[in-house]
Amino acid sequence: MEITNAAPLRNAAILSVGAHRPERVVPNSELVERIDSSDEWIQQRTGIRTRHWAGPEESVVDMAATAAKIALDRAGLAITDIDSIIFATITYPFQMPSAATELAERLGIARVAAFDIGAACAGFSYALGLANDMIRSGSANIVLVVGGEKISDFLDLDDRATSFIFADGAGAVIVGASAHVALGPTVMGSDIENRGAITMEPSWLDYRPGAQTPATTWPVIHQEGQKVFRWAVYEIAKVGHQIIEKAGLTPADIHAFIPHQANERIIDSLTKSMDLSDSVIVARDIRTTGNTSAASIPLAMDTLLKEHPHLHGKNALLVGFGAGLVYSGQVVELPPLPKVRN
Amino acid sequence: MALTQDEVLDGIKEIVVDVAGVDPSKIEMTKSFNEDLDVDSLSMVEVVVAAEEKFNVKIPDDAVTQMATVGDAVNYIVSASK
Repeated sequence: MEITNAAPLRNAAILSVGAHRPERVVPNSELVERIDSSDEWIQQRTGIRTRHWAGPEESVVDMAATAAKIALDRAGLAITDIDSIIFATITYPFQMPSAATELAERLGIARVAAFDIGAACAGFSYALGLANDMIRSGSANIVLVVGGEKISDFLDLDDRATSFIFADGAGAVIVGASAHVALGPTVMGSDIENRGAITMEPSWLDYRPGAQTPATTWPVIHQEGQKVFRWAVYEIAKVGHQIIEKAGLTPADIHAFIPHQANERIIDSLTKSMDLSDSVIVARDIRTTGNTSAASIPLAMDTLLKEHPHLHGKNALLVGFGAGLVYSGQVVELPPLPKVRN
Repeated sequence: MALTQDEVLDGIKEIVVDVAGVDPSKIEMTKSFNEDLDVDSLSMVEVVVAAEEKFNVKIPDDAVTQMATVGDAVNYIVSASK
């Protein structure tokens, strides 16, 4: 007997988005003393004015659960409608079981498919691509895709290259079947030559008694900013064009551009080299949210739709890129107007 | 194909005007990117990426750190194009 797959190929769509930012707003002024810098310098180099950091009472899964419930309400769905959870994160502080299973437990849903993926700042875009393919192939019907990070737990506040860049938050989208193609094909890849450009070190093994190179610090993010900047402005602009082409579109068909919120200077440069029309609305959530790694695209999407409600149902170019270095992106139809206002 | 100094200088001017919004009349061989033209290190990266595309040359990171003046960049690209 040959293996069969009775499920016909289907299309998928983002049904809704939800976002949660921790309450505490951290202005640049709070960080500059330890790195001998200034508010003006941080703004000029990154565009960041403020970011949100969670306190010890709020975990990455707490943030994700809040974002997921908002997204579910907006989609008009119940928690029990979810059959799969994909959680993109690099800051869940356990190797196992996964953040996705903790989120399932928190939401009170049993028997869902649940797993995490580690693609750093490209995590959400990878996860969204997986969700699309799972729906398309019939492996899933309703997928909760979450990008959530509590990077403040893994930051060196004395590091002039990172302390002011990264931040906390969670964004969630509900992905389900659609009558038409509302999620374009994913373009994904890596540049292993630059594997060391963004890291979180030391290794767990360096904490073991008798380790060859004993850890002297907690694991924190390290970043070679200029190397990443150069890669992003050069390679990701090309990736953006590939994404649009793979969706059978031209830059003129794009209404919103939501790149990973790494640095506003990267966003500016990409916008310039993408040949997008002047009327395209570009997400600049980084200014008040910072770089939230896997959470940045859904957080920025939520902000964009609040500020520009006419974008509901319009085409947006999403592209994530980060440690690896890895990238992933797709053209999506932004979710329709929410069923409920929350 | 080898490029002339004038060709490269003209190309660099276009790029610097586009990336950093510098007045083109200010861009001369002796001018420092950082001190005279207000091109900071991130803008410099953008200039280099654009120059690699335009002149079809490779400019490694350690060469970029040596490029203090417009002339340094022009001369590097001229010799890299040979």
